[in-house]
Amino acid sequence: MANYSTSEFRSGLKVMLDGDPCAILENEFVKPGKGQAFNRVRLRNLKTGRVWERTFKSGENLEGADVVDTDMQYLYNDGEHYHFMEPDTFEQHQADTSTVGDAAQWLKEQDTCMVTLYNGSPLAVTPPNHVELEIVETDPGLRGDTAQGGTKPAKLSTGAVVKVPLFLNTGDVVRVDTRTGEYLGRARD
Amino acid sequence: MEHWRPSASLDRLKTRADLLRRIRSFFSARQVLEVDVPVLAATGVTDLHIENIRARVNGVRRYLQSSPEYYLKRLLAAGSGPVFYLGKAFRDGESGRRHNPEFTLLEWYRPGWTEHQLMAETSDLLAGLAPAQVRDINSYSYRQIFVDALGLDPHTASLEQLQILAAKLAGAELSDWQRESRSGCLDLLFSLGVEPRLPPGLVYIYDYPACQAALAQLHVDDTGTPVARRFEAFLNGMELANGYFELTDPGEQRARFAEDMNRRQAMGKAPMIADERLLAALDYGLPPSAGIALGVDRLLMQMVGADSIGEVISFID
Repeated sequence: MANYSTSEFRSGLKVMLDGDPCAILENEFVKPGKGQAFNRVRLRNLKTGRVWERTFKSGENLEGADVVDTDMQYLYNDGEHYHFMEPDTFEQHQADTSTVGDAAQWLKEQDTCMVTLYNGSPLAVTPPNHVELEIVETDPGLRGDTAQGGTKPAKLSTGAVVKVPLFLNTGDVVRVDTRTGEYLGRARD
Repeated sequence: MEHWRPSASLDRLKTRADLLRRIRSFFSARQVLEVDVPVLAATGVTDLHIENIRARVNGVRRYLQSSPEYYLKRLLAAGSGPVFYLGKAFRDGESGRRHNPEFTLLEWYRPGWTEHQLMAETSDLLAGLAPAQVRDINSYSYRQIFVDALGLDPHTASLEQLQILAAKLAGAELSDWQRESRSGCLDLLFSLGVEPRLPPGLVYIYDYPACQAALAQLHVDDTGTPVARRFEAFLNGMELANGYFELTDPGEQRARFAEDMNRRQAMGKAPMIADERLLAALDYGLPPSAGIALGVDRLLMQMVGADSIGEVISFID
């Protein structure tokens, strides 16, 4: 992979640091008028999700990380692995539970999500920002009380639990923001 | 696309025009002569951490000036009396929220003054220009502020102690810092460990470490440590100005240029030759003087509450 100098560090650039692939979040140039220049960099370790802060001397280099974000279709879970497919090449990839992490609660078969490949293997899975999922379990709906704006927990087909308005019932399909876990509305079909 | 538009709002450009006008009237009232010295010159600076932008003019190499310092010192030697420059300066490789390769510098010199007299005049200037930002004024020696923030004496700590602390603050491995110089470690420790803890308002830090003397004379402080008669001004934690009780000894100046050039070579940096006309002016005789350079864009950033230098510059790339 190519090497990148501190002046090329941009948000989103993937680099190797201490043997792990990282994504650069922020890069601030710091320089005393007469002194040595530094780059104060915030990075996310893509393996652990941890955010690091590290200061480099300006001009230092880091090796690029072979990390590619690819849109893939989620196929199924065989109990041990989650299976994904690249829509253009039909190439399949499998990811274990720890790689999929919290994304698992939003994965619906046939949905397109983003799989981050590191040296060709799945490193992380990012669900679509918005998903439409069916309620499989919730208290019975209360009619005529829509103005009050109360909520109740509802379990969705993928296992996620979200707060939904009181009038919704089992079998309704809801739209949810996966980044916040918030109910956005009823799905239109 | 709106890429043709100015990067600063018209309101801020009016504040900027007013600021430049008020700076000029401050110095005019004090009989300090404005000189708009050239920005293109045959030589640049040998500083280890300042890179001139190179140009080709009439077929020969020229350097955009990183400050008007050498020209203003040649004026002092020629008997100009107090002088100031308000205009552009250029430094390659410096881009960020507080840096732009082309920026506006105010630099002035006071023959016969000490650095402490010049700090007092700087306070007068800034209190008039930015009264809301200059409510408190504090001065600390470099040693005192460094010990208060980091618990280590910057002048007497061993190089190894500085390297260990620098690696820790940088979040890096010690091995990354084991070859760093004393001055490089101090730069990191000051930038990351001291600057963010400076009190609000205007703060002067004086008596810099001897290894960071740049163009300041050395003297011995009250603990017997040789220190540089260099100071910096910070406004609400942002570096704003750098000043010296100026080096006037041509032999010492030649030695510092030579040391810079050796260190540039050792670090694989572009070679720079010494400005012989500055040295000739020192040979002729530079009066004892204090001088200071102040970043005007940063002052304006503080006055209008801008996060980024582009918000106070008419156009930025």
